[in-house]
Amino acid sequence: MNWKRALLAPAIAVPVIALFGWGLTRDPGYIESPLPGRPAPGFALEVFAPGTAPLARPAGDSIHLDSLRGRIVVVNFWASWCLGCRDEHEDLTRTALAYADRPVSFVGVLYMDQQPAALKWIGEMGGQSYPSVDDPRSRMAIDYGLYGVPETFILDAQGVVAHKQTGPISAAVLTRVVDSLLAVPTGAK
Amino acid sequence: MGPLGRGSVIGALVVTALAMVIIPVAARRGRRDWLEIGYAAVHTNLLLLSIAMAAMMSALVTHDFSVGYVAQVGSRATPLLYTIISLWGALEGSILLWGWVLAFYAAAVLSINKHREGNLVPYALAVLMGVMLFFGILLVGPANPFGVVSPVPADGPGPNPLLQNHWLMAVHPPLLYMGYVGMAVPFAFAIGAMLAGEVRQDAWMQLVRRWMLVSWAFLGAAIIAGMWWSYEVLGWGGYWAWDPVENASLMPWLTATAYLHSAMVQERRGMLRLWNVNLVAGTFVLTILGTFLTRSGIISSVHAFTTGTIGYYFLAFIAVVMLFTLVMVAGNSDLLKTEGKLDSAASRETVFLLNNLLLTAFTFTVLVGTLYPLIAEAVRGVKVSVGEPFFDRMSLPLLVLLLFLMGVGPALPWRRTPEGTLGSRLGVPVVGAVLALAIAVLLGRREPWALIAFACIGYALAATLREFATGSAARRAAHGESWPLAFARLVGSNPRRHGGYVAHIGIFLVAIGIAASGGGRLEREGTLARGETLTVGDHTVRLREVYGLQEPQRYVIGARLEVLGADGATIDTLSPRMNFYTSSDQPVPTPDVRSTWSGDLYANLQTFRNDGTTATVKIISEPLVGWIWLGGAVVVFGALIGMLAPRKRLAAEAS
Repeated sequence: MNWKRALLAPAIAVPVIALFGWGLTRDPGYIESPLPGRPAPGFALEVFAPGTAPLARPAGDSIHLDSLRGRIVVVNFWASWCLGCRDEHEDLTRTALAYADRPVSFVGVLYMDQQPAALKWIGEMGGQSYPSVDDPRSRMAIDYGLYGVPETFILDAQGVVAHKQTGPISAAVLTRVVDSLLAVPTGAK
Repeated sequence: MGPLGRGSVIGALVVTALAMVIIPVAARRGRRDWLEIGYAAVHTNLLLLSIAMAAMMSALVTHDFSVGYVAQVGSRATPLLYTIISLWGALEGSILLWGWVLAFYAAAVLSINKHREGNLVPYALAVLMGVMLFFGILLVGPANPFGVVSPVPADGPGPNPLLQNHWLMAVHPPLLYMGYVGMAVPFAFAIGAMLAGEVRQDAWMQLVRRWMLVSWAFLGAAIIAGMWWSYEVLGWGGYWAWDPVENASLMPWLTATAYLHSAMVQERRGMLRLWNVNLVAGTFVLTILGTFLTRSGIISSVHAFTTGTIGYYFLAFIAVVMLFTLVMVAGNSDLLKTEGKLDSAASRETVFLLNNLLLTAFTFTVLVGTLYPLIAEAVRGVKVSVGEPFFDRMSLPLLVLLLFLMGVGPALPWRRTPEGTLGSRLGVPVVGAVLALAIAVLLGRREPWALIAFACIGYALAATLREFATGSAARRAAHGESWPLAFARLVGSNPRRHGGYVAHIGIFLVAIGIAASGGGRLEREGTLARGETLTVGDHTVRLREVYGLQEPQRYVIGARLEVLGADGATIDTLSPRMNFYTSSDQPVPTPDVRSTWSGDLYANLQTFRNDGTTATVKIISEPLVGWIWLGGAVVVFGALIGMLAPRKRLAAEAS
């Protein structure tokens, strides 16, 4: 063995291994969104799943983002064919109820799906406390740069995107972000 | 079955650790009795893992949902074939299969080489057991397939729908494992030779020759089978997308291909010793890298089926393998000096050197392209993806040059080409190039790269056929044999060389298939009502009906399309389908393909109206695709011929 030469080995191996080690801490599917910190694109879409009291909105009603100004808005894109949406569904519906008496609105947005399938899914999942709108031509999804479901955007009272969640969101994250936004006095920037 | 499997896996880990430690110690101290214990442990490991495999198979087939893996991939509605092959449908089962194949190879290495004197075989076995130890740890820890499920579910979700949709899934993964795992054997011998101080002699290379050839053939067949599966199942009409995991299987195949050629240079001329050790070690590291990429979720890929702690186990393993290998190779590099030197530029060894250069350049290109997204994110903090344009542009010139060299190499003798013969040796095959070019132009191809590729294929094919023709003719003249007999005896007289040429012909078929189907592809999509037709090139299809069908494990929506001949009569039907599995909300496309030797007509059902009145179908006409699969089979056949070369003859041939 020529140990002097053998020392070359770590010089080659260590950077590669370090790169892999670092890579393992990353989610390769994650894409940085330019939206956080910017005003959320507006939308006006029709409710197809009314939700339950006290959060219910009648089916056929239009939800305008503008009309929610002053409130914190949680926008959740979902679909009945989406597996991750099953995981987060209970957390979303429960958290929405917990904030029923605060200036917080939850809106579900149906992505690439049929309304009957989506309504059936809601039934199977034991109901959804907040209303969902349909985005039939994916206009809103395109405006929001959606690249999959589930995806959740949390907007502050000024309509600025404060948080974007790729993949299922948990009650813990929802509560943390919404509470921090509620702590900011309305009108303050 | 769960406890039996679990016990066997744990027992296997124990005997593996025992073998790994006791075999090298016994060899070092010359203790034959200890060595026998170690060897018995190698066989016991195979026995225990075989029991674990049998337990898993029995649990799968009897739907024993108390076993974690069965609860994860099993379902009572799944047909038996897909229940059996769900063994490799998810992480834990595939690691079990992997470990079993490795245990089998280790036992085979032992049985074949047991009586060889010296420490090479014990050390090689110790290395194999070291690799085995890693997979044993995975099976006991993070990839335990025999976890206990309580309460026992009544039924399971069934395998991933993509994996239970086509019979090729029964073929591609096992071939891949046989190839991947097999590369550990040459690696073990290379390291063993260095540990035993036998790396100056070339004996280890003779011991690994067949192993390398077998693994190479399996891996090549796996790549082709994977392409075929992707073509038959995914519905986009293509077969190669430079997905990280496709690349991961291609890279070790390329370095193994380089080794198969450069090994001959070492045997004949004593050159490239260090290079060959590097190729063998690099091939193994690339197989582990490929596994790491697939199993850790570090890079996004359609194949990456897991994330979790297992990535860190693989990281630790790859770190150990890389450091150990590099230390061994660098530390022994003094011993691996070259004896011979190039006598002449116009010699076969020169062509082999160029071939190695191109193959490694190609491997490096693929490696950089595969890892670049990770590097870019680490260094510049940006997300990038490296797509087909990069790989196509980078690889095309290299591949075309390689094809050309496949015509030059066989025409040149070792050492130097006799004065005045170079012109005829390299000139005659030009006829093939001109012919191929003419055919391509007549068939309407105009893209420069495709034409160059066809010309090179024609050249190399002509040169290869000429070798067979002149060899057979010489035998006829000398022995008065008939053509078929002369041909058979020619191949038999040097199976290694002629097996290689047969494999080359297989590669030409693959190359023709790729070059023709890539550029000559026509595609159209249309929404058809019943009775309406869609025309692509010379092909016309007519929608007869849209149908629904309930099968035990899935619901099928299909479109029946009639393929119309030139006279408007129906000559065939195509039934592209969408399969809806209960475990998945997205349908699995199932294209239908009409294959002929001249090309395929490929139909995929894109979408349909629920009332069955219309179907949107994509029809693709792809020339010569089938030649790719055929070529793959010819390559494997060539490797089989090459394996006929007896080991002891090699020394004689090499002189």
